[in-house]
Amino acid sequence: MNTDTRHTRLLIGLGVVAAILLAKIFSIQVLDDHYKIDADNNTTVREIIYPTRGVIYDRNGDILVGNKVAYDILVNPRDLEKVEFDTLALATALDTTVEFIRGKMQEYRKNRRKIGFQSVTMIKQIPAETYNKFAEVQYRFPGFKGQVRGIRDYPINAGGNLLGYVSEVNQTYIDNHPGEYRSGDYAGITGIEAAREKDLRGEKGYHIFLRNSKNQIEQPYKDGEFDKEAVPGRDVVTTIDAQLQQYGQELMRNKVGAIVAIEPGTGEILALVSSPGIDVSQLADIGKYYQEISKDPYRPMYNRAVQASYPPGSVFKLVNGLVGLEEGVLRPEMTYPCSRGYHFGAGHKLGCHGHKSPLNMEESIMMSCNAYYCYVLKNILDNRKFQGDYGEAMDHWHDMVTSFGFGTKLGSDFPNELSGSIPSSKTYNRAYGKGRWNSTTVISLSIGQGEILATPMHLANLCATVANRGFYYIPHIIKASEGVEIDPKYYEKQYTKVSVEHFPKVIKGMWRAVNSGAGMGGTAWVAHVDGLDICGKTGTAQNPRGADNSCFICFAPMDDPKIAIAAYVENGGFGATYAAPMASLMVEKYLKGEVKRTDLEKRMKEANLLSRVKKD
Amino acid sequence: MIGENKHKRGLKQSIDWKLIVVYVLLVLIGWVNIYASIHSENPSSIFDWTVRSGKQFVWMLTAFGLAGFILFVLPPRIWEGSSVPLYLIVCALLVVVIFVSKDVKGSHSWFELGPVKFQPAEISKITTSLLLASVMSRQNFRLSVMRDFLLVALIIAVPMLIIVAESETGSALVYAGFIFVLYREGFSGWWLALIGLVILLFITTLTLSPYISILILIAILTLSNAFRGPRKALWPRLCTGLGFVALMAFLPQLWSILQDYIQAHMDWMQRVTWVPRADESETYRWAILLDVKPMYILLGLSFLFLPFLSVRAFKRKDTFLGMSVAAFVIGVALVFSTDFIFQNVLQDHQRSRIEVLLGMKEDPAGVGYNVNQSKIAIGSGGLTGKGFMQGTQTAFGFVPEQSTDFIFCTVGEEWGFLGCMVVILLYVFLIARLILDAERCRENFNRIYGYCVASCIFMHLFINIGMTVGLMPVIGIPLPLLSYGGSSLWAFTILIFIFVALYRQEKKYF
Repeated sequence: MNTDTRHTRLLIGLGVVAAILLAKIFSIQVLDDHYKIDADNNTTVREIIYPTRGVIYDRNGDILVGNKVAYDILVNPRDLEKVEFDTLALATALDTTVEFIRGKMQEYRKNRRKIGFQSVTMIKQIPAETYNKFAEVQYRFPGFKGQVRGIRDYPINAGGNLLGYVSEVNQTYIDNHPGEYRSGDYAGITGIEAAREKDLRGEKGYHIFLRNSKNQIEQPYKDGEFDKEAVPGRDVVTTIDAQLQQYGQELMRNKVGAIVAIEPGTGEILALVSSPGIDVSQLADIGKYYQEISKDPYRPMYNRAVQASYPPGSVFKLVNGLVGLEEGVLRPEMTYPCSRGYHFGAGHKLGCHGHKSPLNMEESIMMSCNAYYCYVLKNILDNRKFQGDYGEAMDHWHDMVTSFGFGTKLGSDFPNELSGSIPSSKTYNRAYGKGRWNSTTVISLSIGQGEILATPMHLANLCATVANRGFYYIPHIIKASEGVEIDPKYYEKQYTKVSVEHFPKVIKGMWRAVNSGAGMGGTAWVAHVDGLDICGKTGTAQNPRGADNSCFICFAPMDDPKIAIAAYVENGGFGATYAAPMASLMVEKYLKGEVKRTDLEKRMKEANLLSRVKKD
Repeated sequence: MIGENKHKRGLKQSIDWKLIVVYVLLVLIGWVNIYASIHSENPSSIFDWTVRSGKQFVWMLTAFGLAGFILFVLPPRIWEGSSVPLYLIVCALLVVVIFVSKDVKGSHSWFELGPVKFQPAEISKITTSLLLASVMSRQNFRLSVMRDFLLVALIIAVPMLIIVAESETGSALVYAGFIFVLYREGFSGWWLALIGLVILLFITTLTLSPYISILILIAILTLSNAFRGPRKALWPRLCTGLGFVALMAFLPQLWSILQDYIQAHMDWMQRVTWVPRADESETYRWAILLDVKPMYILLGLSFLFLPFLSVRAFKRKDTFLGMSVAAFVIGVALVFSTDFIFQNVLQDHQRSRIEVLLGMKEDPAGVGYNVNQSKIAIGSGGLTGKGFMQGTQTAFGFVPEQSTDFIFCTVGEEWGFLGCMVVILLYVFLIARLILDAERCRENFNRIYGYCVASCIFMHLFINIGMTVGLMPVIGIPLPLLSYGGSSLWAFTILIFIFVALYRQEKKYF
């Protein structure tokens, strides 16, 4: 027997085995990195700290949107396995149903493996009152606990549509904002909440904890060295006047339309009312009301102030008048006759109401004569300088009109603004064929009907432009404040293509429309307020879906305009019937702080025009 | 004094102090790592009796006392004499424990005497070693004699089988290590090779395929025959054998090409319906080939050679060739039965354990959880480790049994590769020292016992660390001297110190 070599062989074998073990250990400890990553995933858990969302203020420092405490109810299904609990009592305490809780429990049992030792959110955002009720009996329900989660709070019922809502992000939203959101985060979806999401949201923080194999938190990781505290969202100051906004909403209750008020000297939007709107009480818990709101036939989600395209009606006569003056085809002293309308072609007539005839430009504005502006538009389009080329004349008119902001997005900081539309030669070439139309074909443009569409914001902007005598600031809703900057374009004067010297002539007519006193033919005498020098222009636009739309723009005071406003009430009839009183009440409210014309105010508030409006 | 020294040496010379130092080092390393593996909010003292580190401290002190007792008090001669009764008593205990113990994770192997628990399986390693040493050191003992061999096999198999019955398969596996003792005492190395071959075939059958397993079997048998045979025949044998294997290795691909061709031809025949009847029979004749698998061809060809080889082995009295033929037949049977048992006999959970071990299935959350977590813990240690008490994986309970069977994870995580290397080298030193000391013994009993100790420690080391790094299946056996637990520490202390005492006696008087 070769015993000498045998023990050597065994020793060699021992060495080989030890080398194999060491090689394997070397490979997993030194060569392979993924065990280290796995170890971190194993042992650390990040607890997200949600920042407080920024507060939204109105222009006077009142809070439009604040935050209040709500609670998510979390449950650790593993804790429930050992205990029996009274489902009915829990349902009562949490203000929910037994079926809901049973359903959830079933769901947890089904996903038992997936959930493991983690806590899951059972109910989201229950109000503090409900939570307090639950907290009293919480000892009876081990495994359940509340977690503070701030939700939006609206101290004043103003600007539901304007403010927009915050809601939990869905997968599409997360995909559209790569790297910014995770499931369970909240984000502004509409309105200011969406437009200023980046300022309002703040930055999430996190605390890193070490956890054990049962997913129980053991201790802060490295004493919190790598933790990040949440950065609260920046507060945002809006240009809105909360009182005015609220007042506008009250006036517009049970009517369909919009009121937009702008401070002409800055372009700041004072009020942006869309009716019917979303009540702020529904905003905080939009998920609960979303179905109801989206099924409402009057479409409260739809922000008419910036999204509805209406024919402006007679209000547009101001634009045509100004273009006529600029083109030199109209002089203020020129008079035109009106025999209850403008007659053209063979027996065609564009009707008008009874007023004195003939009249000059000021009077045409004051009395809103249709025939006068038919002559004006005809002269603009038949202008000799274009040698009978209607197309060129039309496009020139188009350029002038769009310089007022019509037919384009104004560029406000409000999301989803629409552009309306102003026709050009192309529009008619397409409709009638080139050379197969002339000034009479498009004559309804003269009185703001036909192919012209504008949003209430456009009309308010027109009003502000006139008030400023020839320029406007792009309407905007966010004021610059500490940490929140606004685009410098909002500080730039936007001049129209009409020279500034022509505006005072138009303003005179607008002043007379309001301040001539009853019986003098001024269309908007109802808007008169002593001492405010309101200048306005009514509009009554045909609505193919029923009664005429009532429209009015005005600014005041005449010499130092503080507010320019446009009111548009669908199916409201004459401009003077609803739009003019409402706009005038708004002006009174804003400039005087209180409304003395309580009868008018009451009548406006109580009017219900919903039945007149065709539902979608 | 000098004259006396020749016959009786002092403590310094007679005791293998290096062995004892390594033993103490390993026990201390274990104690420190047990302390590190226990995690609590406010770490208690390492001596705190209420936690495992404190208890281990007590086990340690008592183990040292026990070591001293064995070394200085008990006369070393009693071991050889008492080996038979000790063996029988422990075997009886092993049986009794099955009926009186509580169910601990399916196994029935613990005696509980109040707060003290102990596992007779730990002690039976000692008594089996003693009896083996005693029997094999008898004057007229010859392993090559069948009667003696069977006696040895019986001594090993009885406790092993009882332990299997206790559902402690891991502990039973340790007894396989006695094969190294037998090898040292003259057992043929070919048996060792054969056992290695069986394990190899088992693994390749499961992970690769039975076909490849049989090819490997043929390759190994031809190679060993070629190298064992006469020089002249080396190259012809090598070329024939390996040529055959190489050819067969490509057979499955070639065969499937042929089968595709036949299938296509048959499809074409079927489409063309006007084929006369006579031709149909022809297509059927070829279709038989579709059912023939490459395996049949391989086996058919192999068994054609067998009678020829058998006759040759008989004529030339070439026992090795004869054994090879037998090995081939047994090997083929093994491959098929492995495949059959694995697919049809094993239950799902058993199958999945093997699959995970062999890397056939990824399953980090299920049966692979322990190994995966253990590998994460060790792997996250890196080269130098996270530092004492800085480990997160073991301390936070991600690794199961972190102070007993998976204590090596704590070493790996907190002390890194360097720590692992130190621990493994200490074990290698311990085992090598035992083997070398055993070789120096003049008494056969002492030598054989020394080899038994070395084999036991080696098996524990290999299985335990192999398990924590994913080389071995999860078999619950402790890491000698490091793992928490009195009965394990005591057992290994006794096991080692009986040898130290025997060795001292040799040194003292020879």
